[in-house]
Parts: sequence; C-alpha cells; structure tokens
Amino acid sequence: MTVKTMAEFMAEGKQPEILFWVGSAGSYDDRAKKITKAFVKILNKANVDFAVLGTEESNTGDVAKRAGNEFLFQMQALMNIEVLNAYEVKKIVTCDPHSYNCLKNEYPSLGGNYNVLHHTQFIQQLIKEGRLTLQGNLYKGKRITFHDPCYLGRANNEFDAPRQVLKNTNAEIIEMKRHKQTALCCGAGGAQMFKEPEKGDKDINVLRTEDALETKPNIIATGCPYCNTMMTDGVKAKEKEAEISVLDIAELIANSEEL
Amino acid sequence: MQYLPNIIFAILLTVAIGYFAKNVKKLIRNIKLGQDVDVSNNKKERFKNMAMIALGQSKMVKRPIAGILHIIVYVGFIIINIEVLEIIIDGLFGTHRAFSGIGPIYGVLIGIFEILAFLVFVAVVIFWIRRNVMKLSRFWKSEMTTWPKNDGNFILYFEMVLMTLFLVMNATDVSFQNMNNGNVISQFIAPLFSGMPESTLHIIERAAWWLHIAGILIFLNYLYFSKHLHIILAFPNTYYGSLKPKGAFNNLESVTKEVKMMMDPNADPFAAPPEGAEAAMPAKFGASDVQDLNWVQLLSAYTCTECGRCTSACPANLTGKKLSPRKIMMDTRDRLEEVGKNIDANNGEFKDDGKQLLGDYITNEELWACTTCNACVEECPVSINPLSIILEMRRYLVMEQSAAPVELNNMMTNIENNGAPWPYNQMDRLNWKDE
Repeated sequence: MTVKTMAEFMAEGKQPEILFWVGSAGSYDDRAKKITKAFVKILNKANVDFAVLGTEESNTGDVAKRAGNEFLFQMQALMNIEVLNAYEVKKIVTCDPHSYNCLKNEYPSLGGNYNVLHHTQFIQQLIKEGRLTLQGNLYKGKRITFHDPCYLGRANNEFDAPRQVLKNTNAEIIEMKRHKQTALCCGAGGAQMFKEPEKGDKDINVLRTEDALETKPNIIATGCPYCNTMMTDGVKAKEKEAEISVLDIAELIANSEEL
Repeated sequence: MQYLPNIIFAILLTVAIGYFAKNVKKLIRNIKLGQDVDVSNNKKERFKNMAMIALGQSKMVKRPIAGILHIIVYVGFIIINIEVLEIIIDGLFGTHRAFSGIGPIYGVLIGIFEILAFLVFVAVVIFWIRRNVMKLSRFWKSEMTTWPKNDGNFILYFEMVLMTLFLVMNATDVSFQNMNNGNVISQFIAPLFSGMPESTLHIIERAAWWLHIAGILIFLNYLYFSKHLHIILAFPNTYYGSLKPKGAFNNLESVTKEVKMMMDPNADPFAAPPEGAEAAMPAKFGASDVQDLNWVQLLSAYTCTECGRCTSACPANLTGKKLSPRKIMMDTRDRLEEVGKNIDANNGEFKDDGKQLLGDYITNEELWACTTCNACVEECPVSINPLSIILEMRRYLVMEQSAAPVELNNMMTNIENNGAPWPYNQMDRLNWKDE
C-alpha cells in the first residue's frame, strides 16, 4: 500500500493534491483502519496524489471540545494548525465527519484555514471529474440503507454526496423513516463513544439499528467510523450479524470495484 | 355620565398596556443579565431568517398537521387584530363599528375575520384534543406537569372563549345582521338568540364586546407569565439565531489567550499580568448559572413555547434518559425568573441565594446524556439552541470543577499524553499502512 507522508513530499520538494486526515479512529481502531485502507485504495485507483501526516498527526480535539474541555481542544487545534500551516496544506479529506466538522468549522478562527472535505464528497468529485469510473456489480440487487452521520448531515448539511456515491454500487438504496435532517444519532457523539450511557431504558445504537432493520437491508452503510462501531454493535445486539453487514461507503466502493 | 363607558374603557386600556409595558421592561432587563455576544453581523441574512422562519413559519410545517393548524391560528391572530383596532376606536370614542363607513369592503373584511375566527376555534379544539385526549407523548413528559401543562390548556381555552365572544358579538348585533354583509359565520349563530327582545340582544352584544376586549387585554398580560411569549419573541429569536453550520461550536477566546501563552516558548511564566488583565479575565469558564449564558440564550429561554419537538427528536430522551432539551430551556427561564425576582426584592441587586442553574435545576446526569447530535436544534421552529447551553454547562463542569465522568477523564488524559483518545503510542499512528 503506497502511503506517503507530508514530510516525504516536502523532502522531494513537492506538494500533494490533498492531505488525507486519517484521524484517531482511522489510525488505531481495528475496524476503522479497514475504512482507512479502503479509502486509500480508492485514492490510488483514481491516481490522487495524497499524503498523510503520519506520526505528526494528532487528535483534532473535537471530542475533548464536546466533552467540555475547551483547553485541551484548543491545545490540540493550535498544535495541529502549526503542523498543517508549516506544510502549507490547502485541501484536507477525511473519513471522519467529526474531524471534518472540527477542521472545517472550528479551526479557522484559530488560524487554520483549509478546504475540508468528507471522503464521500471527495469521491463524488472524483466521479464527476471523470477521474474515477465505477462499474462494479457486486452489490447489484442488494438492499442498502444509509445512516446519516450527525456531523456530516445535520451539522453541515451534506446529505447528497454519500447517497450519490452509493448509487454507483447499483444497489437498491432504501431510506429509513428518520433520514437526512431527521436522522437519529447512532449514540456515539458528544463523547458518548468513550463512556457508558446514562441510565435509560434502551441504548441509542439499538434504537437506531431498529430504524435500519425496518428497511430490511442487506447492508447498513455508514460514513463515520464511530457510527460504524455503534451500528455494528446494534446489529449484534439484534443478533442479525449473520445476515446484515455494516460497511462504510468507502468500503462498499472498494469492494464493489474489487480494489 | 354618557361618557362613563369611554372612560372605563380608556382606564382599562391604559392599565393593561401599562402593566404589560412594565413586564416587558422586566423581561428586557432579565435578558440583559446574560453575557454579551456579537450578533451584529449579516443583517440581511438575519432578516431573511426571521422572514422565513418566524413570519413564514417554514419550520412549523415540517410536521404538517400541527404546522397547518398553527398557521391557521397564527394568521387568524394577526388578521383578527385589525378588528381589535376597530374595537379600541369604538371603545374610546363611543362609536359603533367605526370602520363600517368604508363601504362594502367592510363586509368582506368582517367576513374574513369570521371565517378565520371559526377556523381558529376548530384548530384550537384539535390542539386541545391532541394534548388531552390523544395525549401526544411530547405533551406528557415529566417536565410537562403542573404549571406548564395548565399553561398550555389555559391558552387554548382563552382562544376558544375569545373566538366565541367575537362571533356571539357579531351574531347579536342586530343592525350588523340586518345589513347581511359579512356575517358569514355569525348568521348561523344568530338563530340561537331568535325570539329574544332586541334590548336583551343588545345587552348580550355589549357584554360579548366588553368581555372580548377585556379578554384580549388579559391575554396580553398573561403572556409574560406564559410560554405564549413566543408570539412576540419568535421574531427576535429567529433574527439572532446562529448563522453558522450547526456543527460549529464557538471557540472560547479567553481560553485561546491562555493556551497561546502556554505554548509560546518566549512567554515569561513569572511575568506580572499587565495592568487591567485581571479584570479582563472571565469570572469562570463555561456556565453554572443563567448570568454566565449569553443574552441570546436567555432570550431563547423566554421564547420557548414548550412544544417539545426538540425532546421528541432527542436520542437520549427517546431511550429513556433524563435529558430533555425542552427542560433545559424551561429550567433556564425558571431560574432567570427567580434571579429577576431576587433582583426586584433586593433593590436592583442580586443577592446570592445559594442556588444556581447547575445542580438546582439541571443535573449533571442530564448534561452528560447529550450526544451533541443537533436533533433538537434542527427541530426547533424558532431557532432555539438548547445544545449551546448544554455545552456551556459541560465546560463549567470540566474546566472549573474537573467533574467529567471518569471514563471521559481517561479519554482526555490519553489525548493530552499521546494525541489519541485511547492509550496508543503517537509513534504508531501510521502502523495501519503496513498491517
């Protein structure tokens, strides 16, 4: 797998087209790493000149901010901005809607101004520009339902890109009752991913999985590593893991194109 | 003596408007207890939002049944108020239907008022049924008992009575009925009073007229004590509502200063703070009481009409957690009212009452249940952002009290130490590429 770092580009005196912001989940979480790799395969297939920060990347601070720790968030942000600005980064693509939102909306006033895209937006651009042609039929006839990540959808009003990209799998896309603006959260946001839920009568990811199951899907598509974990756990809780898989859009495209 | 009714009317009107004005002043004072926030930018976009969301009710119709019924009541309310103008003129000058001189168009106007009054009545009855018979769950949450529950119903009764009085007034107005122009609805009510002598009809007509205007003035003054303030505050609230993407949370400038100083290798840690720097420091990070919130958040608390769309979309609430975004707004308003009363009772100065918004109204458990998913913000038909209040209070818990749940403290320590929420080595960040 060819993955070059910004440092390597710089040593060659070159600037990549995009910086791929891998994010903490994408770097360390075993499930999310598969999403990272699937996206890299797509980038390679489309011959995109991309770089990662590698060991110079640090957590965006997004989750700390949402937990209320503004100090930690700003420390992380200022450190990252220093690195990003030193490399004169212009365009960032990430598979994590939380990093996407944070880099796009919360870094500018701290001095970090970049053109930030979610990976589904970037894949859509590649398709539009004719740099990526998709013809896989692996999922033809399958039923796919897409779970909107809060920080891509409601938070940033991007509902179309993931759906447009999904269409290229030739699968049947079925919407859940709650979708787009009214989509239900998977339960991971706001730092919930890292703690036990408060006392209640149900787990949010189970409720959201029930939403998905109503559409009788073969696949639940996600666009966020945290949603992916939550929905995977939800499917397990419903004992449906044998019939239903939970896959990121990048994985669906990579699989479908046999990358 | 013939001017007695005019005088009584003028007194009634003055007292009602005076008392309302007094409460509006209090309302503004309370809202100004909030922190300053700069919302002076993008006036054009703000006006557009106000026009679309408040005037145009664009978000109300996201739920079509309640939305359309609400538009009927809203349009009825605004248009029937033209009639109130005539009533005030009649009351002050002793005229009868002062506008009737404008010709046949008067009949058309009254006809429209009558149809609207009837539709409003029907809509309000349906609202009542939705609340009390169908028991829509969002009206039966734990924060909707006692006063909030009664408040909701009182408003509906008020409107039913006012609309009935308006129609009865027209139905018993013999000359108006004889004119037979504009009595679209009231002609069907008039037969109920057939056979009564004209003098009795006149008394009923006068009684309905007086009760109608008195009712309106009472209702006006009821607003301040009620969730119904939204009929006024929805406009400023949608105007001042956030223009940024919902995911963009504000960056605390006070924190930026400190962090930059911390990261500056040339900063002298022992340097005395420059003159006046002490005063410029915020009293605290985040919010533990209403005065720590900004004034737009406080305005929002008064604007909330407790419809509960936010709560009905909240993933935490849907799964039985204690958090209800509506309750966050209601608590903020209740505490703000309490602080306001405290100030009134202490000659304009707030005396510490040993209470605060955090703990006495909103519990940590509620705050930590939030997923920051923005569903509540999306749902609100008048641009209220309960999430921003939750975040401010989390900031207080974490930065002032170090009171985050233990797992979150671990997560944050990991980020501090190795740049990831889990205890992995920063040097292993790129290992995935070779796995």
